[in-house]
Amino acid sequence: MLVHSRTGRWTAWALFAVLFVPLFALPLLVILAASFSTHWSGAFPSGPTAAHYTAAVRGESLQALTTSLITAVTASVIALTVGTWAALAAAALGKKGRRVLDALFMLPVAVPSVVVGLAVLVAFSQPPMLLNGTRWIVILAHTVLVTAFAHQSVSAAIRRLDPMYEQAAASLGARPSYVLLRVKLPLLLPSLNAAAGLCFALSMGELSATMMLYPPDWTPLPVLIFTATDRGSLFTGSALAVVLMAATLLALLAVSRIRTRASYR
Amino acid sequence: MTSGIRFDGVTVTYGSNTVLDSLDLTVEPGEAMALLGPSGSGKTTALRAVAGFVRPASGRVLIGDRDVTALPPYKRGIGMVVQQYALFPHLKVEANVAFGLKAQKVPKGEIPGRVAEALEMTGMAAYAQRHPRELSGGQQQRVAIARALAIRPRVLLLDEPLSALDAQLRSGMLAELARLHRELPDVSILYVTHDQVEALTLADRIAVMDRARLQDCGTPQDLYRRPRTEFTASFVGNANLLPVTVGAGGVSFEGVSLDVPVSEALPGAGATLCVRPHLVGLGPGPNALSGRIAEVQWRGSTHRLYVEVGGHRVKADVRELRETPPLGAEVTLHFAPDDAVLLSAGVGND
Repeated sequence: MLVHSRTGRWTAWALFAVLFVPLFALPLLVILAASFSTHWSGAFPSGPTAAHYTAAVRGESLQALTTSLITAVTASVIALTVGTWAALAAAALGKKGRRVLDALFMLPVAVPSVVVGLAVLVAFSQPPMLLNGTRWIVILAHTVLVTAFAHQSVSAAIRRLDPMYEQAAASLGARPSYVLLRVKLPLLLPSLNAAAGLCFALSMGELSATMMLYPPDWTPLPVLIFTATDRGSLFTGSALAVVLMAATLLALLAVSRIRTRASYR
Repeated sequence: MTSGIRFDGVTVTYGSNTVLDSLDLTVEPGEAMALLGPSGSGKTTALRAVAGFVRPASGRVLIGDRDVTALPPYKRGIGMVVQQYALFPHLKVEANVAFGLKAQKVPKGEIPGRVAEALEMTGMAAYAQRHPRELSGGQQQRVAIARALAIRPRVLLLDEPLSALDAQLRSGMLAELARLHRELPDVSILYVTHDQVEALTLADRIAVMDRARLQDCGTPQDLYRRPRTEFTASFVGNANLLPVTVGAGGVSFEGVSLDVPVSEALPGAGATLCVRPHLVGLGPGPNALSGRIAEVQWRGSTHRLYVEVGGHRVKADVRELRETPPLGAEVTLHFAPDDAVLLSAGVGND
């Protein structure tokens, strides 16, 4: 630790507690407490129950969870493929081309996601590209939203990648496709992995664009949480939120385990 | 298939900056050629032009009889070793060495034998199952050399391969490289370095480079004993360069007449006399020069004296002195006539 004096260390911890607990920990603890209760009229919740959870892992709720998972995984895989491809292409383009491509890919981040949702809705509601009413419009919107992050983190990693590896491989007689497959992608794996986790987490929590697009048979979990709390079922909504949180955390944990195994330096 | 490298008027520019100026140089098949020069002299650029990582603005690069100027690096059949090793961190030593063989689609059955052979040659056979990060710098460099040799290149390019190693390891590796050169009589070696000891030890011939140009080229003995330019004389062996005048009566320095061989007819005006510091002795003798001690450096087995002779500093490396002369003391230096080389002024100084 960089702070050496005892009082300094205590002050640092106290500051951390003051900032972290109310901002990050408390709201989550409140949701966790609410998900196990039936009433909350005083300072603390009352009427402990696990009924919300029995409801949250079956029927409509379970359907929503799998919908969210499938959407997030599909969107992440597409985003990662497209983002990596674009980042590799940009690196070969030179300075000007790279800047243009970077700006293009950052666009969905700069534009509010509601606008992205509306844009996708308007664009794909007419033949020949009629996706409205299918699950694909949701997946497409998520892909558009998360590709920016995939592209950004992968292109940062490519810029950090020492060109000497590529050159050493080329001098050994490896053609560019072989170098990409056997040297560049393996060396980029830790960053690809981190980008995948980021994309997945973002997609799991996406609500605003999804709200404008989801068909009745493809309701992701965040939408279900929103409608539940909108109806006034705060405690049911809390249980669903905890399930969403747990599922996302578990997936991220699994991804990060792969990452530690894949990092070499 | 013949090896050997030929630079045929190779010029490399970055924007308006010329980093290699019409280089003409031939490395014979099986020859080890050192490109020696300070940083920014164009030596690494020349090597990268052979590897295919820089494209010459004009001129041709030939490997063997083939013009490779327009070929991509992977089609050139070269082995390359760089200062930072550039081993693939995600592959074990064995897979690193096998990389080039797999990339070139060498028959599967042949690969383990050739990997073992290359590792054996560099003394790294015991480390085949390690990852590069588990090896020391010297071991990593050996693996890098094994990886370059496994593809049986016609040409081996070494770019400051020992610069990242400490002094003791470096001399050991230098001996190893000399042994490899003897064991691979068909492979042409281009060795880029700024270290004259490496160049003198390893190379059959040395090409001295400075400011994007080839200054001098010859055998190590030739360059050391009979440098043709002032730059070579000072860069290789750190020689004393004394401005002298050549007249009818012979050569004189600061009014002192010197007895040195005048090989060719030199113009009456200026010339430079080149004498190696370790060939300058303390005390009276032939070609005596007197001056005052300006600085004394103790270097273990020798003393380096800087003596002010009429406004010029003369360096002398003498055997360790019992008593160090005090600064400002009046001393006499001398050198044998045969140990001096007369350079006509201006050569290599354009």
